[in-house]
Amino acid sequence: MKAAVITFPGSNCDRDLFDAFAKAGDEVVKVWHKETELPAGIDVIGIPGGFSFGDYLRCGAIASRSPIGQAVVDFAQRGGYVLGVCNGFQVLTEMGLLPGALMRNAGLKFISKPVALTVTTTDSAFTSGYDKGQEILIPIAHAEGNYQIDAEGLKQLQGEDRVAFRYVENPNGATDDIAGVLSANRRVLGMMPHPERVVEPAQGGTDGAALFRALSSVMAAA
Amino acid sequence: MTEPQITPEIVAAHGLKPDEYQRILEIIGREPSFTELGIFSAMWNEHCSYKSSKKWLRTLPTEGPQVICGPGENAGVVDIGDGQAVIFKMESHNHPSYIEPHQGAATGVGGILRDVFTMGARPIAAMDSLSFGVPAHPKTAQLVKGVVEGIGHYGNCFGVPNVGGEVRFHPSYNGNCLVNAFAAGLADTDRIFYCAASGVGMPVVYVGAKTGRDGVGGATMASAEFDDTIEEKRPTVQVGDPFTEKCLMEACMELMQTDAVISIQDMGAAGLTCSAVEMGDKGGLGIKLVLDAVPQRETAMTAYEMMLSESQERMLMVLHPEKQDEARAIFAKWDLDFAVVGETIAEDRFLILHGNDVKADLPLSKLSSSAPEYDRPWIEPPAPAAMAPLPAIAPIAALKALIGSPNYAAKDWVFEQYDTQVMGDTVRRPGLGAGVVRVHGTDKAIAFTSDVTPRYVKANPFEGGKQAVAEAYRNLTAAGALPLATTDNLNFGNPEKPEIMGQFVGAIKGIGEACRALDFPIVSGNVSLYNETDGSGILPTPTIGAVGLLKSLDEMIAGLPAEGDIALVIGETAGHLGQSALALEAFGLETGDAPPVDLAAERRNGEFLRTNRAALKAATDLADGGLALAAFEMAEGAGLGVTLDVGEIAQLFGEDQARYLVACDATGAAALEAAAKAAGVPLARVGRFGGTAVTLGTDSAPLAELSALYRSAFAAAIGD
Repeated sequence: MKAAVITFPGSNCDRDLFDAFAKAGDEVVKVWHKETELPAGIDVIGIPGGFSFGDYLRCGAIASRSPIGQAVVDFAQRGGYVLGVCNGFQVLTEMGLLPGALMRNAGLKFISKPVALTVTTTDSAFTSGYDKGQEILIPIAHAEGNYQIDAEGLKQLQGEDRVAFRYVENPNGATDDIAGVLSANRRVLGMMPHPERVVEPAQGGTDGAALFRALSSVMAAA
Repeated sequence: MTEPQITPEIVAAHGLKPDEYQRILEIIGREPSFTELGIFSAMWNEHCSYKSSKKWLRTLPTEGPQVICGPGENAGVVDIGDGQAVIFKMESHNHPSYIEPHQGAATGVGGILRDVFTMGARPIAAMDSLSFGVPAHPKTAQLVKGVVEGIGHYGNCFGVPNVGGEVRFHPSYNGNCLVNAFAAGLADTDRIFYCAASGVGMPVVYVGAKTGRDGVGGATMASAEFDDTIEEKRPTVQVGDPFTEKCLMEACMELMQTDAVISIQDMGAAGLTCSAVEMGDKGGLGIKLVLDAVPQRETAMTAYEMMLSESQERMLMVLHPEKQDEARAIFAKWDLDFAVVGETIAEDRFLILHGNDVKADLPLSKLSSSAPEYDRPWIEPPAPAAMAPLPAIAPIAALKALIGSPNYAAKDWVFEQYDTQVMGDTVRRPGLGAGVVRVHGTDKAIAFTSDVTPRYVKANPFEGGKQAVAEAYRNLTAAGALPLATTDNLNFGNPEKPEIMGQFVGAIKGIGEACRALDFPIVSGNVSLYNETDGSGILPTPTIGAVGLLKSLDEMIAGLPAEGDIALVIGETAGHLGQSALALEAFGLETGDAPPVDLAAERRNGEFLRTNRAALKAATDLADGGLALAAFEMAEGAGLGVTLDVGEIAQLFGEDQARYLVACDATGAAALEAAAKAAGVPLARVGRFGGTAVTLGTDSAPLAELSALYRSAFAAAIGD
């Protein structure tokens, strides 16, 4: 599988995401945000965490309008796989590839700690390596992870089984404890927790590894 | 624009003493211009010139086979093998943080990160040692919240994991908090960059953010005591932009992969002045700057303002002229300013041009080498009064007094606001002992700690200085790391008072002796004096930041005790309660002498622990709070109860040095005992881990109850 990790100015988890893809056995390339085209043969795009453009407007808003942005949207609309983590999730909502928005944490503080998640659906290339209802421990590190969506949109997410992960104990005020959501075609995942930070024992946990492995094997089978 | 006339008032407003001004007149043989006066004041203030401390700093040990570069550069450089080096430093941002806590602390973090990446190292870890006034003081809660938020904001956005540090509260910091920021980075030993310029006619290049009026005179402000005009000083605090710093770091890292850089210096205190002078001075060259070329954020800035601005996220470099275009392209990629603002010149001149006028023309070498240096009078600190007897207290009540105080409660409230895992290499997160970060792409790791017990230093500067170093040594050792080197951040009151200078001298002597005895050289550091408000000084606080090496992750001792594990203490327990945490937290007493530090025992016990690490499941150093607090913390971290056999207060809460608490299974305990006997190291079984209660002698309480107190006391104390 060939993955592309986009780097915006202010991205700071791009190396971590790159390494997590590579550890799952994928070929990975870095793509600078000023590019207008993706390299040939990309199977999945990773949009990393960090503070793209300093988060000086709404988080992710400027990045979503970067030169590479249109290529990412086109890729997703053609049925490509896209994973957005933390700031990457915010970028995906700003691009309109995922519904809802990420607001300031309810407690107004930055929160960095491992949190327990429930895997809500296994029906996606990202989550098929977990068991439905499985509890996993993945770190969060964000000030704006409070997922908000209107009642209509929420009903749709729930009805279409598109909530990928829920917090066991809601840390940030997110609607319906939502930690990650899938697009309608189930090929775009945005999540606030950082699976790329827990892919090997030295990192204090390995619960994120199954996500990258599953993605890789689905691609290999395709 | 015409500049103001120099009057005695203007000289005094620049923090220059009359005899210092006299020296300026002698050096240049005429009255200085206003800009020149500003340049002198920037170079000669305490913060930049170390004029009160230099004499004593020279006595510190700074060398060793592991040291690649000691003090004098932006940060110290230490060899970690395989062609790699760790580059680190700790620096204070005390005064700005008290005036404007969020931005003051944030720019403190930004400054120390810049010191590290200026030398070619990608930052891999940050820590902060914070000292605040008592929680009941009306300013404290706001300062804690602002400082922690500021540190978090800058470090989180920049993307460096925060792996440790300290937070303490004491009334002596009511009017003057301390924010000591540490950063460490990783570099290849053949790609380390220094600030000495070389070659005549080489372009001096300005990169990074634009220059504004923020921070004009900041270093001079930081070298003065506070009084009730403090609100007027707010405009001297800089505003940080971690996003620009992140971009600047990435651009510098890219540039350093080319061969374009001759020398590089970040613009920190006293901005353009200090960086340009240091480059010229270290290279034996003059510097010509044309200020019209400086990227400016505001209109109509004067030469004086540009030379003294402390706008953040800026760098000055001397580049190979033929590589200039390549360098320019890198900064264009990152959308950062890049401007040739001058050149190196052969004559010993610091020549500043602006709008076709000469605004300053000074002998460059005199600006730093001729800075005043004082041998301040000092008096031997009085011997501490005898220890007042402590009232009786039951062991659990004593433990509750500690863990219910924000000084010894869990610091999750702080650490949860810092990104501790970005970069994916954090092996041990902050909260229990030293933080550990893997060297990316290898199986090696670096351990980090920062330590000082200011009460000890106040009571006995010499032993207190030794203790700060010894505790850092133990914290690294308890993680399984070999202690490599230290950085010192010396925070004291007004050095013009002989008793304060006496504290400084005593602490330096103690630090020096301990660093020599433990092969633990000081490779960088910072001095912050005049930490007083309305004449009342802080507790002397010489923070020791330290770094240790784990050659492989297998060497790390970072496990937790398990049910049934045996608790043992390495080292001798006498029951020293002088200046103890117990005396302070339970009874409000700061009484008696600091615990004596036997450096030979420190070294022997540390080496014993590292040699026998395979027998240990968990280890921690014993420091303030003694055995009872350490055992509670270790057990609580594992979600276990613990039983200590002794119930005697001095045995439980005494703060004797050179001790470690370790957890072993039965086989490990037997092996450790055999090894201790052979090595002549004191070792005693003191209890066992397990169950759901904390039992000290015959006194006991449920773990859940104590844990709830320990986990909530910090937030409760600051009303959050």
